[in-house]
Amino acid sequence: MSTQLLLDGVNRSFDGFKAINDLSLTVEKGELRAIIGPNGAGKTTMMDIITGKTRPDTGRVLWNQSVDLTRTDEAGSARLGIGRKFQKPTVFETQTVEDNIALALKEDRSVWATLFYRRSAEDTRRIGELLELVKLSHVAGWMAGDLSHGQKQWLEIGMLMAQDPELLLVDEPAAGMTDAETMRTAELLRQIAGKHTVIVVEHDMDFVRALGCRVTVLHQGHVLAEGSLDHVSANEQVIEVYLGR
Amino acid sequence: MLSLIDRRMGIFLAGLFVLAVAVPAGNLAMAGQPVPSYIVALLGKYLCYALLAVALDLVWGYCGILSLGHGAFFALGGYAMGMHLMREIGARGVYANPDLPDFMVFLGWKELPWFWTGFDMFGFALLMVLLVPGALAFVFGWFAFRSRVTGVYLSIITQAMTYALMLAFFRNEMGFGGNNGLTDFKDVLGFSLQADATRAGLFVLSAIALAAGLLVAKAITSSKLGKVLIAIRDAESRTRFIGYRVEEYKLFVFVVSAMMAGVAGALYVPQVGIINPGEFSPANSIGIVIWVALGGRGTLVGAALGAIIVSVAQTLFTSWFPELWLFALGGLFVFVTIFLPTGVLGLIESRLGRKAKPPAGAKEASA
Repeated sequence: MSTQLLLDGVNRSFDGFKAINDLSLTVEKGELRAIIGPNGAGKTTMMDIITGKTRPDTGRVLWNQSVDLTRTDEAGSARLGIGRKFQKPTVFETQTVEDNIALALKEDRSVWATLFYRRSAEDTRRIGELLELVKLSHVAGWMAGDLSHGQKQWLEIGMLMAQDPELLLVDEPAAGMTDAETMRTAELLRQIAGKHTVIVVEHDMDFVRALGCRVTVLHQGHVLAEGSLDHVSANEQVIEVYLGR
Repeated sequence: MLSLIDRRMGIFLAGLFVLAVAVPAGNLAMAGQPVPSYIVALLGKYLCYALLAVALDLVWGYCGILSLGHGAFFALGGYAMGMHLMREIGARGVYANPDLPDFMVFLGWKELPWFWTGFDMFGFALLMVLLVPGALAFVFGWFAFRSRVTGVYLSIITQAMTYALMLAFFRNEMGFGGNNGLTDFKDVLGFSLQADATRAGLFVLSAIALAAGLLVAKAITSSKLGKVLIAIRDAESRTRFIGYRVEEYKLFVFVVSAMMAGVAGALYVPQVGIINPGEFSPANSIGIVIWVALGGRGTLVGAALGAIIVSVAQTLFTSWFPELWLFALGGLFVFVTIFLPTGVLGLIESRLGRKAKPPAGAKEASA
């Protein structure tokens, strides 16, 4: 396996507060990785840095061992193949479920190409396939704003898949979901991994257990422990700062 | 192109067509002149306002860019046309100077400033009607959108832009007639601007321009690009993370809208016979926002309707109770914002029993 994403000695502070402190992390291609940590551990800032929303003060962020991610913006990182799902489901509420997927579909993103775009049969097939994957075919014509919270989460995952990204960054997908939805989401992410690299930030330990993958614990912007869930759960420091006794 | 004409658009265009035939016919061809000449000019002016409203709706209703300076693009288009009309006066001015407009002679200028070069040619002037507002929108938008200035901050700087232009155009040294602006036009392409036939022609042209503007805006908003614009309006950062360069899209639609506003200004000037720096006044630009909000934001047709309704009301009101007009306008705006979030068009459509498609801007009221 080769390295998909490398963070090496990354630092970032906001008004003197070190949100990210000498963070180093390697994620392999096709891996499913869970990132856990208490509030303020720097999980979201880490995602901001990977997607080019925030620039690190120092350190290297390398994509596929070659591309410097500290120089791209959000659209640039998306075009490289990094897809991001927000904690709060963000879909285009006044447009149909189908149009939401269509907008995310991997196509030329330039202004002219978009203005003169005609949907091909292949695109239609792909949209249908994605709607099937996230179980939203029956509501394809609905306004996305009319979906339930869980459905919006799935729609957003569907939009991520439509981009056909190499790496998916998923921020707390299980937040606000019922137990059944949570388990379905874990299953969906396990399905996606392998073909795509997936990094999940999560608080819900049952969900992380259901993912059954390697876990990285962040604390104060730094990697505290890494390994299987059982391994990190046994770590004294992790228990101290995060899991509680 | 037929696919662009939905029911709403179809009804409006049909009404516009009837107007474009009936008004000139009533003015020129019928005995007793049931449509007096001043009404032709007045209606022509409303149609220009309607086109301006459509231009604003394109950026505000669909892309969430609340421009409080769209009057500037309208005025620049108007000035470009006004400069050509000044040159057409030729030696028929008060000072009978074949090379210089009257106000330059009055200021003691000896030769035409370089930026007046070419405006004696109608084609060049038409090009400038599009290029000058377009270029300003491009430069302004390039900086603003790249720096990710959004929301109320963007509104404020658009307002500052039109205010700055107003102050600049008030100065005689700018070379655009200062306080008095450009006026005393004689003819356009050899047709006298005082003749009823010319006025009727300008009216028909305004109707055609409005129809074309509506169709262009409709084509843009119905395309995938239009969906990206709505996506930007509703969730800008999501749109970025999907891989769209939001600033490029905003720039595109802002420039198209500015050009459309420029065309409206260019048709407006020969019909009202004057263009002066007052057209840059921030109050004018805020007025456009009220038209669009009142008619129905994000509907295009609603914006055009709103411009016409408010302008008609203004004409009537200012002749009955001139000092009360601004209160009435303010009251109308408050009433519409609170009770008609989908505007007059939304009201009409829901009254007709048809479940109106929620206008693209219904979900979130403010930009």
